[in-house]
Amino acid sequence: MTATSKARVPAMEGWFTTDESRPHLIGTQCTRCKSYFFPKETFFCRNPKCTGDEFDEVELSRTGRIWSYTTNHYQPPAPYMAPDPFVPYTIAAVELDTEGMVVLGQVAAGIDPDELSSGMEVELVLEKLYEDDENEFMVWKWKPTREPIAAPMSSQHKGAN
Amino acid sequence: MSNDVAILGVGMHKWGKWGKNFVEYGVKACLDALKDAGIEWSDVDFVSGADTVRNGYPGYVAGATFAQALGWTGARVASSYSACASGATGMNAARAQILAGMADVALVIGADTTPKGFLAPTSGDRPDDPDWLRFRLLGAANPTYFGLYARRRMELYGATEKDFAKVKVKNAAHGFKNGYARYNKKFTEEEVLNSPMVSDPLRLFEICATSDGAAAVVLTSMDFARKHTANPIKVAAISTVTPTYPNTVIEMPNFATDSSAAVGLPEAPFRDSIAKAAYEEAGLGPEDLDLAEVYDLSSALELDWYENIGLCKEGDAERLLNDGATTMGGRVPVNPSGGLACFGEAVPAQAIAQVCELTWQLRGAAGERQVEGAKVGLTVNQGLFGHGSSVIVTK
Repeated sequence: MTATSKARVPAMEGWFTTDESRPHLIGTQCTRCKSYFFPKETFFCRNPKCTGDEFDEVELSRTGRIWSYTTNHYQPPAPYMAPDPFVPYTIAAVELDTEGMVVLGQVAAGIDPDELSSGMEVELVLEKLYEDDENEFMVWKWKPTREPIAAPMSSQHKGAN
Repeated sequence: MSNDVAILGVGMHKWGKWGKNFVEYGVKACLDALKDAGIEWSDVDFVSGADTVRNGYPGYVAGATFAQALGWTGARVASSYSACASGATGMNAARAQILAGMADVALVIGADTTPKGFLAPTSGDRPDDPDWLRFRLLGAANPTYFGLYARRRMELYGATEKDFAKVKVKNAAHGFKNGYARYNKKFTEEEVLNSPMVSDPLRLFEICATSDGAAAVVLTSMDFARKHTANPIKVAAISTVTPTYPNTVIEMPNFATDSSAAVGLPEAPFRDSIAKAAYEEAGLGPEDLDLAEVYDLSSALELDWYENIGLCKEGDAERLLNDGATTMGGRVPVNPSGGLACFGEAVPAQAIAQVCELTWQLRGAAGERQVEGAKVGLTVNQGLFGHGSSVIVTK
């Protein structure tokens, strides 16, 4: 693979921190009722029993447990920026304990969906979603915290820095 | 019952992929419904259109579009959009007019012409629209959400791919001779399980297609109906509920659920609340049903609906299916029309088509797919962005 000097920019500004070693999704929390929101709610609390209109920006838990997952084998329509040729990808719905919510994200590249199961712990990582001539557009993805049980031939390759 | 309205006439245009203007399909369905009701177009006081968002401005003002196409008569109109639930919203608007004494005869119409393949978001660069963003940032087309629900059933209740395939086999057999269905083809489990994987564990033959089609109903006051027929079929309930906070099940087109951190889990999930509201309105329960038309956007989703409408306990849907209870001849046949498995989805027409089927069934006029002695039927459906839809039809 040729080295790239492309700038890495978020595919969506303000939805996640860009510290690639420990990224977080950025949500908001109502200062009155403490409900969390992702994407950010900023002007009126969606809890019908609350009239809060002030929110703290908060980093959401960067680990959670898989609620469910599915692998897409067909290219979805635009505005998805699919690589050519199309590569199937897995999407996981992940439960965040502290926030009491389920958040969708693609699963990190190279993870065999057969290794996934409900309840498995995953963490947030940043990966390229698509690129143009100047930039790589980054997005959040979910990755199992345990190294998945790899095929025997490739089990040597973990831990490289 | 003072809250009943009558279904005096029903009509449909066959589902398919014809590529014609949606108005043409809708006019055919309207004319059939008017003829079935034994009334003239000029008898209609109120036209309730279920919108399509894929056919330009005429689709956004469906009520007026069809009023004009049938010939302006000065009838009042409304147009509703609530995604797949649009038909129910349209019927509810008509019912309210009738019950309020503002109209005696209402024509409800939904028709669509859909593009091939996945339903896509409205075009243009629209990063404020979650429906656009879910495609851009996740690649989450509708089958992604169906795949998540299906996998969840497997993980939680031990459902198998074979169970899902059986739903398709059942519905294909039910709709095999339905002249309004797009697909009149029987399937074997093997054929279903050998079809290409789309959103794992769901395969091509288990995910509903997008279709052209149209359905219309004539709703009237009970007094008006009794002048035309001795025993009119009745609408006993229409539920168009939205979720209650927090909605903790991930749904199209959202990236995340509501948070239960501050307020705790909801009493019941949204999908359970849809039929529950209809049962309460009708004073009936799941034990009263002779049949149901449920929204099988995917084969696996039909199993979720069995539980959501109270046909069985959570986790028991596979057993209900495998016992044959939901097959023709069983305790409570589900989707005798063939469902979306045979029709594909024509969004604004679909909830109306479900009611057309129940009407034919309760009249005893469903021919070879007749559910013997059907007296009470329920439809259930859900539109993205939080739209519930359930109609109870009685004799």
